[in-house]
Amino acid sequence: MRYAEPLEVGDLARAAGLSQAHFSRAFRKAFGESPHAYLLTRRLERAAALLRNTDDSVADICVAVGLTSIGSFTTSFKRMFGTPPAAYRAAFPPAATFAQVPACVLRFYGRPQLRTFREDDRAAR
Amino acid sequence: MYRIATAQLWVHDQDEALKFYTEKLGMQVRSDVTVPELGNFRWLTVSPANQEDIAIVLMAIPGQPIMDEQTAQDVRELMAKGFAGTVFLTTDDCQAAYEDLRSRGVEFVEEPEERPYGIDCGFRDPSGNNFRLTQVNDLVNS
Repeated sequence: MRYAEPLEVGDLARAAGLSQAHFSRAFRKAFGESPHAYLLTRRLERAAALLRNTDDSVADICVAVGLTSIGSFTTSFKRMFGTPPAAYRAAFPPAATFAQVPACVLRFYGRPQLRTFREDDRAAR
Repeated sequence: MYRIATAQLWVHDQDEALKFYTEKLGMQVRSDVTVPELGNFRWLTVSPANQEDIAIVLMAIPGQPIMDEQTAQDVRELMAKGFAGTVFLTTDDCQAAYEDLRSRGVEFVEEPEERPYGIDCGFRDPSGNNFRLTQVNDLVNS
């Protein structure tokens, strides 16, 4: 839940009241992966959801999931999802498709933007 | 049959609301999309980290002609009075959740109190919307 914050494995170990080395060993034994890999996976999954469901920039999403280097974010993302973040996003329908725009907004902007139909022009002439 | 997907709250400022709901309440953005062709309509939803299938839409009060100025003013007044909408949150430990949110900078208007149905406290978002945070008694098994 707190992975958007600058959490490191050391913070997790402290929260568990264990030394970092012991925490990492115990975590790997219990969950089959290192705490570092676990944290990165959670962050990348969250980044993938934000790429699909928002129009935030890749840089903003990188920061929003608690990562600081866009370069390593792109590299890790590609390793996990097979494509870099921008290409991953492009493979899905644009996020705007899912915006549940109220009917009153749609009706207003759906009308022709030239609203005089030239009658006023003729009357003025 | 159907399920509740999203419910709407009016907000004064979507950026301000986004900061409050994510940074102070610890919620997550579920969608945030702006549609330029529709007057920059912004669909912004948030929900708690452990509830991905329900969300609150943080909706900007639209201008004319979608909402006339008098109605917009009425809505703003109701929000200021706290009558525009209320969200009821539930928690296993009201005191702990209260302290956690307070440490993140949420200002409570009601401290945790014993009620017939459980322990209850309340706060408001920057737009004036009411939130109750309740540890509901297990009336069946107690």
